[in-house]
Amino acid sequence: MSAVADRVAPTRRFAQTRWADVAFENLTRFFALLVFSILLAVLVTLVIGSELTLKKYGLGFLWSAEWDPVREEFGALVPIYGTLVTSMIAMLIGVPVSFGIALFLTELSPPWLRRPLGTAIELLAAIPSIIYGMWGLFVFVPLFQAYLQPALVDTLGELPLLGTLFEGPPLGIGMLTAGLILSIMVIPFITAVMRDVFELVPPLLKESAYGLGATTWEVVWRVVLPYTRVGVIGGIMLGLGRALGETMAVTFVIGNAHRLAASLMAPGNSIASALANEFTEAVGDLYYAALIELGLILFLITTVVLALSKLLLMHLARGEGTRT
Amino acid sequence: MSAISPSNPLYRARRRKHVAMMVVSSLTLGFGLFWLVWILATLLTEGGSALLRASLYTQMTPPPGSDGGLANAIVGSLIIVGVGTLLGTPIGILAGTYLAEFGKRSRLAGATRFLNDVLLSAPSIVIGLFVYAVFVSQVRHFSGWAGAFALGLIVIPVVVRTTDDMLRLVPNSLREAAAALGAPAWKIVTLVTYRAARTGILTGILLAVARISGETAPLLFTALNNQFWSTNLNAPMANLPVVIFQFAMSPYEDWNRLAWGGATLITLAVLLLNIAARLLFRKPD
Repeated sequence: MSAVADRVAPTRRFAQTRWADVAFENLTRFFALLVFSILLAVLVTLVIGSELTLKKYGLGFLWSAEWDPVREEFGALVPIYGTLVTSMIAMLIGVPVSFGIALFLTELSPPWLRRPLGTAIELLAAIPSIIYGMWGLFVFVPLFQAYLQPALVDTLGELPLLGTLFEGPPLGIGMLTAGLILSIMVIPFITAVMRDVFELVPPLLKESAYGLGATTWEVVWRVVLPYTRVGVIGGIMLGLGRALGETMAVTFVIGNAHRLAASLMAPGNSIASALANEFTEAVGDLYYAALIELGLILFLITTVVLALSKLLLMHLARGEGTRT
Repeated sequence: MSAISPSNPLYRARRRKHVAMMVVSSLTLGFGLFWLVWILATLLTEGGSALLRASLYTQMTPPPGSDGGLANAIVGSLIIVGVGTLLGTPIGILAGTYLAEFGKRSRLAGATRFLNDVLLSAPSIVIGLFVYAVFVSQVRHFSGWAGAFALGLIVIPVVVRTTDDMLRLVPNSLREAAAALGAPAWKIVTLVTYRAARTGILTGILLAVARISGETAPLLFTALNNQFWSTNLNAPMANLPVVIFQFAMSPYEDWNRLAWGGATLITLAVLLLNIAARLLFRKPD
């Protein structure tokens, strides 16, 4: 090997291209490292930015419901609560609907309709979130307030325990409205993952079930879903990550009230909408630090949820072909 | 009595459940499409007529109560989105090239892919906060540059992901053929695999442009807004999403009307970009 290398003495031209190869590879590696470090840079920046409140309140920041810029008292409980509640509502509606749509696209739809229908659902994800917000505020909220909310108060509001969730005057805006609009926004993301993982199920498996006399529903519920469970949960987590961080749509309709309310119809606040509304108007270092710490909390929650989603989907991709 | 005979009560119950679930599944599809149609119809009825008026494209954003258009916001958006794309695309393509051509299954490549996918869905408002903290608060004023940086950061993960995927679809025999002719690695990548994956990479860029065109949250703390005509990237810059936000939240009716015009314009642009990207790159069935 070395004898051959000695005899083929590197010509100048070869040395040049060799140098260019190393330079090109290192150039691309540099940018890969840059991408690698973005998330870390965001984390460090947010921690530094929220130093003041981190020191002043410590962990207590998480469960203090106080938010008073005048007296400079801050706590994150209300926005955290609003973020979690609106995302939960979005999941409660979005997950079953997405499952139904994915089932339709993979099992029921005639093949020639699959692409156009799938594209139409994906376009829901293309509409900018500010459009959802505007449409929600000007079109959905008045109708919701006039027809659906009074109906909810009269029916679900009358129930013993559940009733507290649906109490209060129908304002139109509030956490329930934000959750409903979020549910529409997460449908395309969850549907896309579910459809893709449903298509991974080996035809042999489904055909065996059909051969035993199972109906389409039984095949989907007892064969397809158990087989793709990990991927389906990954898709749900992806949707949840999206819902938690959604800003503009929520900002328009949640009501932006720093108040803890039991009723879902009451106005509230989410982390993202608090940031969108207050950040440019914040005065004082402590106020800034409190808002940046809110951003840090949001960043940590979404990163954990999205990382879990990614891990689950990777697990499924690895298992592909090994199970029968 | 056969197990699947119509007179078997168990079979009939299973059959009923099946039919009910299939009806529910069709209804959920209708549910999804219903919102899409409703939102698009609203935009066309509320903003359609505003789109046809020339003043929307020629006049500046007005003070409340007077006539005007969105000219400065449209131009500002084009500049910020353009600069953001120019900043993010080369970084994304080069990083994606490393993942597909050099890193492949190495630990660094795997970890970068993972973090990139997390970044892909990270809340855009946090990106805005990040750019505010490292850039705006240092130079002490909002600027078009800051807005473009924030959007560029959102472009990167989209382009990395598609470049990586598309380059990995290029058959290895193509690379081997070029290598056998004595081409150095950098020439193989730039002259052979880039060309083979060209449409795919372009699709990724188009999708990234579509994604950032409607982004509002990261611009709130970076580009802010500007009521006047300005193409200075060092000053606050008007842009459609923030103007729409401000005008829609205001109590003035003429501002609301302009907001609808801007919203329709932006949605049409984003949907057209998405459809163009799909037509450019059709996955074979």
